[in-house]
Amino acid sequence: MFKKDITTGAKSKVKSSAQRGIRAKVLEEYPRLEPYIEEIMPKKEQLDLVKLPDRVSVYTLGSTPLFFQHMDDELLPHLSLVHRYPSCFPRLRIDRGAIRFVLSGATLMVPGLTSLGGRLPNDPEDEEGRYGEEELDAGEVVVIEAEGKENACMVGVLKMGTAEMKKVKKGQAFEAGHYLGDGLWGLNLG
Amino acid sequence: MTEVASSAEGFPKKVTYCGVCSLPPEYCEFGGTVKKCEEWLKQHHPDMHEKLYSQETIEQNLSTLSLEAQKRAEKDSQKKAAKAASAEAKAQEQRANSKVLIKRVERNKRKYVTAVQGLEAFGLDIKKVAKDFGKKFATGSSVTKVPGGGEEITVQGDLSDDIYEYVVETYKDIPEDNVECIEDKKKKGGG
Repeated sequence: MFKKDITTGAKSKVKSSAQRGIRAKVLEEYPRLEPYIEEIMPKKEQLDLVKLPDRVSVYTLGSTPLFFQHMDDELLPHLSLVHRYPSCFPRLRIDRGAIRFVLSGATLMVPGLTSLGGRLPNDPEDEEGRYGEEELDAGEVVVIEAEGKENACMVGVLKMGTAEMKKVKKGQAFEAGHYLGDGLWGLNLG
Repeated sequence: MTEVASSAEGFPKKVTYCGVCSLPPEYCEFGGTVKKCEEWLKQHHPDMHEKLYSQETIEQNLSTLSLEAQKRAEKDSQKKAAKAASAEAKAQEQRANSKVLIKRVERNKRKYVTAVQGLEAFGLDIKKVAKDFGKKFATGSSVTKVPGGGEEITVQGDLSDDIYEYVVETYKDIPEDNVECIEDKKKKGGG
């Protein structure tokens, strides 16, 4: 989605009523953020809405981006937010070989997740329960971590349910998302 | 949603980002500027550098891939590094070649406007610079289109010397030799 460098469009303040709406929507979509919501978007603070090309908009607090959205789709968390609150989002893991492709903006393919280094929910090798136990459905927002790395490298919407992935083991796993080093990541919100 | 065992960790988590490529340091190896990133990390976060660039970690990283995949990854990263290096060289060359022109344009006999061209080549947002000029010199300042294409900043009043000084002082990226003042006597009758 943000393969090229992007320039910001108009920046405008978000109405407080709209701000409440966003907050509610965030909590609905990511219930695990509940304990931290006051830190992420304090009630008293003024959120800004920055418009980007292709009908994408970003909600920011001061100069930190929080969530971005394409038209009226789901609110997706910006990676810097994911880095700060990693366990609040459903996560999957890719193997080492796939990292360089993801970071250059390729669509993530299923084998990167199903191979030995990858993790899907209910993975027998996932001892801590870090990647959850419930299968995820297509259309859910998921954070992608990488084998041997601490921080997440991508956020996106699942194109295929995880149960199906385990069966089929090929094809595209994700809609184009937001990855480390892309235009949205490098965005300068002054 | 499922229960998370690790929610006891203290949040928000503080993440360090590389000063060179802006990614978390563990991803520097995929960025194409590995050498520089490594140096930066060594200087700013020596403990992290030790962890990430130790012989052990590197070997461990390599062992997870098949030999063929390793080779491909190696080739790819070399290509990427070369690309990044050439892009940087290009940007630097452009920087060395481009000039900032400060023109004094006569508007109406004793009245002048000052036009500033070429700031965008140094990675500045001219809209913002125009605003700063206006604030600094307390005059009108705007971005106008140039007939030949491109844009320039027009500041009201004869400020060429002041702007010269201001530009050299505030934007350290611009070498002083590349800033030039010229007087433009463009006159269309009616003065």
